[in-house]
Amino acid sequence: MSAPAQPVVELSDAVAVLGGFPVLAGATLTVDSGEIVLLHGPNGAGKTSLLRLCAGLLPLERGEGRVFGLDLTSQQVAIRPRVGLLGHHNGLYRDLTVAQNVRFWGATVGATDAEIDAAMERLGVRGRLADVGVARLSAGQKRRTALACLVARRAELWLLDEPHAGLDAAGRDELDDTLREAAAAGATIVVSSHEHERAAALATRQVGVVGGQVAA
Amino acid sequence: MNRWSIARLVAAKDLRIERRSKVLTNQVIPFAGVTMVIFAFALDAKSARTDDGFVPLLELVAPGLVWLAALFSLLLLVQRAFAIEADDGALDALRVAGVDPVAIFWGKSAALAVQLAVLDMVLLGAAVLLYGADVPAGGLVLLVVTLVVATCGLACVGTLYGGLTAGFSGRETLLPLLVLPVVAPVLIGATRAVESALGTGGVALSEGWPWIGLLTVFAIAFGVGGALAFGPLIDEAT
Repeated sequence: MSAPAQPVVELSDAVAVLGGFPVLAGATLTVDSGEIVLLHGPNGAGKTSLLRLCAGLLPLERGEGRVFGLDLTSQQVAIRPRVGLLGHHNGLYRDLTVAQNVRFWGATVGATDAEIDAAMERLGVRGRLADVGVARLSAGQKRRTALACLVARRAELWLLDEPHAGLDAAGRDELDDTLREAAAAGATIVVSSHEHERAAALATRQVGVVGGQVAA
Repeated sequence: MNRWSIARLVAAKDLRIERRSKVLTNQVIPFAGVTMVIFAFALDAKSARTDDGFVPLLELVAPGLVWLAALFSLLLLVQRAFAIEADDGALDALRVAGVDPVAIFWGKSAALAVQLAVLDMVLLGAAVLLYGADVPAGGLVLLVVTLVVATCGLACVGTLYGGLTAGFSGRETLLPLLVLPVVAPVLIGATRAVESALGTGGVALSEGWPWIGLLTVFAIAFGVGGALAFGPLIDEAT
């Protein structure tokens, strides 16, 4: 009998503090490989902090946290290359073209030209868009370019904070299709969104976050 | 990808952004040029008494003015170098991606050094044209070595403090306050070395080389210390 697969994210009573203020107050969460987990809750509930903790951007004050089986406190260096965080910013260079951005982020992990081209193809930013400067893109095109960068740099855990914000209806549909495809291809996705109905239709599981804790 | 490859990648990215945005050529170099012209307006028609008699003041202070203009322009270049990272959260993305901070430091320092070197050449040309500074063939080696070593030191300091202030809301005013006192040794050392290279006010060529030692120690200290401190600093700052 084979051993059960290791969860991608395991948080147990995780406490995180930002500027002296506790932003997570004993959060417990497990996310398995290939899941699309929706975090929902009111503003200030701790959704963004939960995502930043998983990305290694917020230190774990107390409790336990593991991502890909690696300790969040002592093994951040090994965790970070496998995680992609897309927050309110896209992490793109506006003076570079779409292709130059995707190539740069792909090159940070030694991705081949073929991998980078495939990432651009998958997100629909190859061809005419490839040579357009990021500053001239629409909000939806920027989101797709940022996701192409995540694919090119082989991120296995996608942490998305309000990914639908600023997108029109067509852009939101495109994004949802992209996320479903990514999960089908093996990515694990944790998404925080106020677009509850849309995100709920996308997610394989929903988790409530209230007062810095994860509700059952 | 090893550390050197990532550093090359970051440097190439920054230089590619500069080639597309042309901030150096369209904004920083004109600013440096205007600064040199204003110095000329302020000090023109004045002369100073030296062992060789009266010498035009501008010719005498040209080396110092070149480095002052370089320092002011450095602040613009550093702010630009980190604005491109902060605009859309790219510095955060680099941290999440686990890109080696030492490589980021060296890459950004190298790109900054290339841009500063271009600026230094333009400023020296301006000093020759506007201030009547003369570049004797015998001082050329000392002049080039001074430019290279001082530029490396300035680029490392600029990158270190640019990273430190990247996450602060008042970074535009904080950066000059932090950087200018720290680069005072470069201003003094590079000015004295260039005076020797140009023979300004009868200073001998041999007097310039000890200043190169100071500039080299400064560049190594900030190159190594900056690389080690950059990761924790940007972790705290962003």
